[in-house]
Amino acid sequence: MTMATATTTDPMLPQPYSVRQVVKETADTFTLTLEPSNGAGGNRFQPGQFSMLWVFGVGELPISISGDPAERNRLAYTVRSVGQATHALVSREVGGAVGVRGPFGTGWPVEKAEGRDVLVVAGGIGLAPLRPVIYEVLHHREKYGRLVVLYGARSPRELLYRKELAAWARQHETQVLSTVDYGGLSWRGQVGVVTTLFKYARLQPERSLAFACGPEIMMRFVARDLETRGLARENIYLSMERNMKCALGFCGHCQYGPHFICKDGPIFRYDQMRPLLEKYEL
Amino acid sequence: METLERIIADHPFFAGLESYYTNLLTGCASNVRFEKGTYIFREGEEANEFYLIRAGKVAVEIFAPQRKPIMLATVAEGEVLGWSWLLPPYQWRFHAHAIETVRAIALDGKCLRTKCEQNHDLGYEILKRFAQIMEQRLEATRFQLLDVYAVGK
Repeated sequence: MTMATATTTDPMLPQPYSVRQVVKETADTFTLTLEPSNGAGGNRFQPGQFSMLWVFGVGELPISISGDPAERNRLAYTVRSVGQATHALVSREVGGAVGVRGPFGTGWPVEKAEGRDVLVVAGGIGLAPLRPVIYEVLHHREKYGRLVVLYGARSPRELLYRKELAAWARQHETQVLSTVDYGGLSWRGQVGVVTTLFKYARLQPERSLAFACGPEIMMRFVARDLETRGLARENIYLSMERNMKCALGFCGHCQYGPHFICKDGPIFRYDQMRPLLEKYEL
Repeated sequence: METLERIIADHPFFAGLESYYTNLLTGCASNVRFEKGTYIFREGEEANEFYLIRAGKVAVEIFAPQRKPIMLATVAEGEVLGWSWLLPPYQWRFHAHAIETVRAIALDGKCLRTKCEQNHDLGYEILKRFAQIMEQRLEATRFQLLDVYAVGK
């Protein structure tokens, strides 16, 4: 019997990466920057795609890429430590090994957004898969209209990328607004759910494309409100999440109605998702 | 110089309101300013006005025993603050705390209630607009109660 030899293009075979940097974003959320261990060029990705990250001896996790698509040899992932595998991942030290498969899935349709206003609506750690879109728009500012970033988090302590949010807000034709559900006494920003920011967004709905990511129920509220404000369903995109295992559409773990989130998504148009979002227990 | 009537007509809360009605409202309106850190109104006080916020930010707060004030929501430029003037017992239910210096138009609730009683078309217009604000804030509060960003949700 001969054993099949995996090649470097085998999507099931993790590539060896090492941790270059770990940044603590909040009490339980970290951004890891990885580089290929073998010195080869890293995998290019589209904003919105995800990788499968192997923590050797612990398990494999689907994590959205949160870094800059223009940085060819680095991949960044923002991870919330909520279980054994994510805890092991964020505990990697600089130089530690991580296996990377991917990138997988569909990306945010940034080409379709060219010439339009871009609305980014993020909730909680949902800003991570949207950060590459923001980089992309800011790197190619001339291609896009206004960029509006609306970001909601549970509390001020849980806001991600605070320095970057402030830096983005200073960019040309860019509006960045944050809100929290629970503000402390020292917080002087907005308090309220992310949809309460829509009334401050300076954009033209009929020429806008919206990208939303966050808890599913948040995206339902967001999409419904955006539609009320004049955005067409086909111009609203959502990033969906289910339990992904193979990331290739073979195992069926991430099946969502007729879709495999890993292969057909994770980015979907709202008009495709709307009937499913309203189904109980799906 | 901007007239009060122009400012009222341009405020999003009264967008599209006929000039006849904005003229009626102007008779109950005045320009006000609240310095950062001051309280615009406090829970339990008589509610005799509402505010069209022109600039600045207001925290709507509630006090609970043995706790520091809890900020429930913020209201900012282009929004309206206060509806307790509209319904008995005409008492504020929360505190309104200027967390930034606030410029606003205050509308005298007693004056407006009288005009609404005399002119039900005006009353209906006002009520429709407040009902929409109440509906939006009720939905936002329900959404907030879901605590969607909590771990394990």
